[in-house]
Amino acid sequence: MIIEARDIYKSFKAVHAVNGISLSIAEGQFVALLGPNGAGKTTLVEMIEGIQQPDKGEILIAGKKWKGNEDALHHIIGLSLQETYFIDKLTVHETLCLFASFYDERKTRVAEVIDLIGLEEKKKSYVVNLSGGQRQRLTLGIALLNHPKVLILDEPTTGLDPNARREIWKILLELKKKSNTSLLLTTHYMEEAEQLCDYIIIMDKGSILKEGSVTQLLNKEKGSKTIEFELEGIYETIAPAETLPGIFWDNKTQKGSFQLFDMGKDMQAFLHILEENNLRIKNLECRRKSLDDLFTSLTGRHLHE
Amino acid sequence: MNKFLKFRQLYQLIKAHFLELMREPAVLFWGIVFPILMSLGLGVAFSTKQDVIRKMGIIKTTNSIVADTSTFIGNFLVKNTSKEYHAGDKTTYYSFKIKNEKLGNTTFFFQETNWKDAIVALKRGKFNVVMEEKNKKISYFFDPGNPDAQLTYIKISKFFESKDYIYQEKTDQIKMLSLEGTRYIDFLIPGLIAMGIMMSTMWGISYTIIERRSKKFLRRMVSTPMKKSHLLISIIIVRFMMNFIEAALLYIFAYFVFDIHIQGSIPALLMVFIAGNIAFAGIAVFISSNTSKTEIGNGLINVVVMPMMVLSGIFFSYHNFPEWFIPIIQKFPLTIMADDIRSIFIEGAGFAETALHSMMLTITGIVFFAAGVKYFKWY
Repeated sequence: MIIEARDIYKSFKAVHAVNGISLSIAEGQFVALLGPNGAGKTTLVEMIEGIQQPDKGEILIAGKKWKGNEDALHHIIGLSLQETYFIDKLTVHETLCLFASFYDERKTRVAEVIDLIGLEEKKKSYVVNLSGGQRQRLTLGIALLNHPKVLILDEPTTGLDPNARREIWKILLELKKKSNTSLLLTTHYMEEAEQLCDYIIIMDKGSILKEGSVTQLLNKEKGSKTIEFELEGIYETIAPAETLPGIFWDNKTQKGSFQLFDMGKDMQAFLHILEENNLRIKNLECRRKSLDDLFTSLTGRHLHE
Repeated sequence: MNKFLKFRQLYQLIKAHFLELMREPAVLFWGIVFPILMSLGLGVAFSTKQDVIRKMGIIKTTNSIVADTSTFIGNFLVKNTSKEYHAGDKTTYYSFKIKNEKLGNTTFFFQETNWKDAIVALKRGKFNVVMEEKNKKISYFFDPGNPDAQLTYIKISKFFESKDYIYQEKTDQIKMLSLEGTRYIDFLIPGLIAMGIMMSTMWGISYTIIERRSKKFLRRMVSTPMKKSHLLISIIIVRFMMNFIEAALLYIFAYFVFDIHIQGSIPALLMVFIAGNIAFAGIAVFISSNTSKTEIGNGLINVVVMPMMVLSGIFFSYHNFPEWFIPIIQKFPLTIMADDIRSIFIEGAGFAETALHSMMLTITGIVFFAAGVKYFKWY
């Protein structure tokens, strides 16, 4: 295992940010930590990155503890923090050269990375003049400079538009194909986790709720289909029914959903709720269950809340 | 880590910080152009003889005092002054000028007023002195703690006490000093160089560190194999280079515009310069060692620089402060540096006079640097 974390705890005053989490990542494996804001993802990855110390538990990177091995471990890890600032008035090329000097990487590697992250045309632009997506690609490029064995990315696409997000995914999928680098990625986009990672860990309130491959997670329980519906009129809530306990109504989006375990029985129960409460359907859709649905069914909340 | 890699890291860090500064026009303006403009403004203001203006309030009795020539003041105003209206403060004055080639001219402006308005004018600093004549006796009202008011009183009372209002300064007793280094600008330029080093080092180093900590740049940097000390050393070296450029340009400007020369030892001056830089770099690292809030950083930097700017004798001699306070002022790093640069510039001092002070500055810097590094928070 390239990363092993055993029974990790971390608290900040009265807040238990990480509550006895264990995880392990194999060489070449891409793992996503999926969870809403405040789930404890960043605290956990910062402990794996050696930035924070766990209150309890053990972390091994390539079989080594952080203490006494900082220099060696920094050489095999590439990372991007949740918010990263670089020197505004340095160009893309100068910024990469600066970081390359820390790893004793030469200008040829800088040129390779610029090509990899697709910033050839922007290499003479100041960092301050880059778009959000370009800046994120630079952040990723810096993380890749040292041919890392372990890549740790903390929400690398948060705040980016869909195109910019796909650009980052493209680079990471290319990396997956061509190298044996392991990836630990935190995100609250289920699509990102599904697209990039072989293994997904769903976190909330400092604990792991579920983990496994996408297929395993979605097939572990019955109900691989979800009904999503809209109603005529505006509703704060809809009354739950004993016959359909998993029904969920989001008053912000004015959309409801429920897992379909038994087509006949569940639909009957749904129609009964509509009739009892005098509700009229505006739109109804049946789709494959997603990680977001799984998270909602586990916590009663959406991932991006 | 091999030596070449260490050197490459340090070189890249220095290059990055230097390029960042050079690409920021505001840094160049405040670091280089502003001190030159300030020296030009102050140098011109204090080296050109200008008329000194003194304003007096004359308390009216019943009628206008000018109409009553039986009084000393009325008689004087009629005989010796000319009436003029100042549009700026919408007031009519009686003006009177004493000419003096050596000391410059003094113009007295008299304004008829009542007690109520006179008090307001005194409070606002419009009048230096208020005069009132009762039963052929002139009284002068002013704040004795105000040196300007005292000087006005001495001059004007001497004048009214003289026979036929003749006041003559004995100019043959006044010998103009023409020794090198005795002008105000000779005093000012070394002080400005010292202050420039302090301001540039304190703001340049402290603010850079605090801002980079607050934006998590330090956190990102120490998540690499970079040698941590190289980051601090590179920020300090770049600031030394900037300080050298700023001080050299200010001196070159003063050399050509004000004919200022370094009379003492240039190597000693370099030693004081390096020691001063070390002192302030150490203090800067210390005060920026822990905080990640730029607002707190502003406050901390100001707490250090403001007292020294005011007290260390940059613009005016600190010998005017109370006697008990002077030995304290003389211990401030800025005072030590300004006094030493000044003594090299205008007194011809060398290593012998400045070595001990340079050592004190260096030790101050090292002690603060060590304490700062001990408590340094990278994130």
